Amino acid sequence: MGEWMTVTDPDLSSDSKNICQYTSETKMSPSSLYSQQVLCSSIPLSKNVHSFFSAFCTEENIEQSVSYLDQELTTFGFPSLYEESKGKDTKRELNIVAVLNCMNELLVLQRKNLLAQENVETQNLKLGSDMDHLQNCYAKLKEQLETSRREMIGLQERDRQLQCKNRNLHQLLKNEKDEVQKLQNIIASRATQYNHDMKRKEREYNKLKERLHQLVMNKKDKKIAMEVLNYVGRADGKRGSWRTGKTEASFFLRNEDEMYKILLNDYEYRQKQILMENAELKKVLQQMKKEMISLLSPQKQKPRERADDSTGTVISDAEEDAGELSRESMWDLSCETVREQLTNSIRKQWRILKSHVEKLDNQVSKVHLEGFNDEDVISRQDHEQETEKLELEIQQCKEMIKTQQQLLQQLATACDDDTTSLLRDCYLLEEKERLKEEWSLFREQKKNFEKERRSFTEAAIRLGLERKAFEEERASWLKQQFLNMTTFDHQNSENVKLFSAFSGSSDRDSLTMHSRPRQKKPQNMSNGSPVCTSKLTKSLPASPSTSDFCQTRSCASEHSSVNVLNITPEETKPNQVGRECANQKWSMASRPESQEGCYSGCSLTYTNSHVEKDDLP
Amino acid sequence: MNFSEVFKLSGLLCKFSPDGKYLASCVQYRLVVRDVHTLQILHLYTCLDQIQHIEWSADSLFILCAMYKRGQVQLRITVWSLCTKSVSYIKYPKACQQGVSFTRDGRYMALAERRDCQDHVSVFVCSDWQLLRHFDTETQDLAGIEWAPNGCVLAVWDTCLEYKVLLYSLDGRLLSAYCAYEWSLGVKSVAWSPSSQFLAIGSYDGKVRILNHVTWKMITEFGHPATINNPKIVVYKEAEKTPRLAPGRLAFPPPRAAAGVASPAETKYEIASVPVSLQTLKPVADRANPKIGIGALAFSPDSYFLATRSDSVPNAVWIWDIQKLRLFVVLEQLSPVRSFQWDPQQPRLAICTGGGKVYLWSPAGCVSVQVPGEGDFQVLSLCWHLNGDSLALLSKDHFCLCFLETEDRVGTAFGRPGDHT
Repeated sequence: MGEWMTVTDPDLSSDSKNICQYTSETKMSPSSLYSQQVLCSSIPLSKNVHSFFSAFCTEENIEQSVSYLDQELTTFGFPSLYEESKGKDTKRELNIVAVLNCMNELLVLQRKNLLAQENVETQNLKLGSDMDHLQNCYAKLKEQLETSRREMIGLQERDRQLQCKNRNLHQLLKNEKDEVQKLQNIIASRATQYNHDMKRKEREYNKLKERLHQLVMNKKDKKIAMEVLNYVGRADGKRGSWRTGKTEASFFLRNEDEMYKILLNDYEYRQKQILMENAELKKVLQQMKKEMISLLSPQKQKPRERADDSTGTVISDAEEDAGELSRESMWDLSCETVREQLTNSIRKQWRILKSHVEKLDNQVSKVHLEGFNDEDVISRQDHEQETEKLELEIQQCKEMIKTQQQLLQQLATACDDDTTSLLRDCYLLEEKERLKEEWSLFREQKKNFEKERRSFTEAAIRLGLERKAFEEERASWLKQQFLNMTTFDHQNSENVKLFSAFSGSSDRDSLTMHSRPRQKKPQNMSNGSPVCTSKLTKSLPASPSTSDFCQTRSCASEHSSVNVLNITPEETKPNQVGRECANQKWSMASRPESQEGCYSGCSLTYTNSHVEKDDLP
Repeated sequence: MNFSEVFKLSGLLCKFSPDGKYLASCVQYRLVVRDVHTLQILHLYTCLDQIQHIEWSADSLFILCAMYKRGQVQLRITVWSLCTKSVSYIKYPKACQQGVSFTRDGRYMALAERRDCQDHVSVFVCSDWQLLRHFDTETQDLAGIEWAPNGCVLAVWDTCLEYKVLLYSLDGRLLSAYCAYEWSLGVKSVAWSPSSQFLAIGSYDGKVRILNHVTWKMITEFGHPATINNPKIVVYKEAEKTPRLAPGRLAFPPPRAAAGVASPAETKYEIASVPVSLQTLKPVADRANPKIGIGALAFSPDSYFLATRSDSVPNAVWIWDIQKLRLFVVLEQLSPVRSFQWDPQQPRLAICTGGGKVYLWSPAGCVSVQVPGEGDFQVLSLCWHLNGDSLALLSKDHFCLCFLETEDRVGTAFGRPGDHT
């Protein structure tokens, strides 16, 4: 608050100065203090005004007072209280009207002043509170500033530390690098030294060896040397073709020839393989191209109609190319020309295909947005309603079944009753039989109901997903195309071993699938193999772990089969497609109407049987 | 699956003849030749000393028995003709991991040589032992050579101190040089695919790199992580079978306790759900020959699968699908894998871990089979018969045959994918 004071002080002082000016102007006024008070004071003070004035003006000093007031008022710019004197001597008379006017004006002024004062005061208060608020804000901000400053200092410190650390790490890294370099140098020098030493040692060793050799040779007795006792005749009766001095040159040449022949054969073999591989690949490319062309040709009218310049021309180009390339002779041309043409055309085709697929995608998304407007597609809501209805029906049927079950049970308990049992002893067996039959019938019906319910819900889901199926169909079609190509590839891969080692080995996987049926085989083994029935081999019964062996085998094979499934998702896809097709057929068969019909039929039989039941007791 | 009776054996020396009719095995200084089908002894030879090595001739008519003790130091290779009195000498052979390699058709032999501190390779024509090609290789210290199965490309790899694989044509041209990384232990194992299309290189960084035969560049890199996250990968875990308590046969003392030491519990394979973390061995860094890297590699006969063993994950066998170039199956055994071998006829892998069981894997599944018989038969090694019908299981002192097929191969335990029944 002290601060506030200091801040506001100047204003106060200026106020007081103004007042001072006023007073100085008023001169010698005894009431100057009061007037000042009046100016500054609040309303309560004004109550005392009268008493002041009464004190100011008495019977005696009316004249003086009036003149004084006149003087004062004139100085303030009011008209004189006295009438305009016509003569100098004539005593000026008090002008009542002017006095009253003056008074009125003064009062108005007073009121105005009071109002102004009030305003000022309220403003003052407001400003005070504002000031307070600002003061608070200021303090807060100051605090904030302080904390942030401190924070900044902290961060700076941390930054400094981190930088320091970084520098240290850099230094360490450098040191490490130096160390590595040094160690590498050491290793290199050691290696050279080692090699050097090794060479020296080896030379020594060689010398020693020679020495030893000499010693051995010196001591050598011909009899110690190994000799072949009995020579073996060759099966073909020829003598071995051992090297002799004379024929050395010709032998050498022959050997060279043979060696080069072998190498040549190897290279030829490899070239053949590569050629085959190339041919296969070319075939694949050609097939792909053909298929692409055949695929795209029905569509080609559309783009032309649309005057889609780029695709249109590309297609016509492609057609021309196709015409050229389809001639078989082209395949025998040297690689470069064919390769260029082929790759270019394939690239073009591929571009067209891509754009086409994109177009299709767009269409699909459009259809998606438009929703199902086709009449033959039943809306999902209908399906849901239908399913709900059917479910309700099923529920009812179930309840009926339950009640019937209860009744049956009651019947059974009733049969236990002594008297009834006596009475019904003769019928009991027969009836029980019948009951059993009916019971099984009910069971079956129940099962059917459930099955149908399940299938119908599935159908509902199916139909809801028909849109999706369309997309899938398209995808599967593309996949099929792709698979056809790859299978083509695989068929030929047998011919090209080189190629097959790298190509995707789906055929191998399928082979492992084939091998699965053999899992049961180990059981045969326990029969014991006739191989061991000879006299010498005591054919031991299959080892104790054979049974276990089967277990592990089955376990392992399970795993492997899973594995097979996991490994080749492409393989499983065709199956999926097939299943989808099957589903489609099925869903066609089970249209809601037919379903309903069936249900009603079932319920009919049901009720019939129910009636029969009722008759039973 | 049936087992023959157990025969005596020493030095793990047991080999089928190349024509698949005979089985040669050694017991100390005796060489026994049996008929593969009847297992009757056809011949019994007695040598002067303990036999340390046997080898069949390619026509199955002869067997070589080596008694190194009776040998003599000679720093060369000597080639004796069995038909004539001719003898050939080849100087400077290099004693290394795999210094000699014959082509599959037996026409050529490549030999690693060392002279004047420089590695060389000589290619000989086996028909007359004439030197066909001789060239030096850019290796520090050549460790091994191996012909591609088609006999046209020779793979040469450097010592483990440096990762370097060189590929030479039959005529001595350098086709390609491959180096995956520097300054670290390099190649540990190398294997050609039977189709000669791929060269698999296992290295000390625990990876197998596969080179192709066209560009001789790497096609793919198979890491052997200790945790398997991919749910597509099947992890078979060997687990001890929980003893099934048959109430009727409950005896006291429990029979398992009596036989417990002699025959350990039977095991079975369980399919572990991913993620699976395999048992790893922390290698001792300051010893030579650290137990890290790919120690064993083998392609299946049809080149479809590659089996590997990482020495830092000793209990696991990794089987990779070469067609899809990805990990296919991991088998985790209870004890470290000793060796594995592919059936020569079909993608079927036999594994032994030095215990009393033999393990078989095929794409259809896998199985653990206890070798029957009294006492513990610790399978240290195994070898397939040519036609994949039987399997010789070798322990320290015994061997037995394991018959897998019935006579007409219809009741085959592991159907080959694609076979029709």
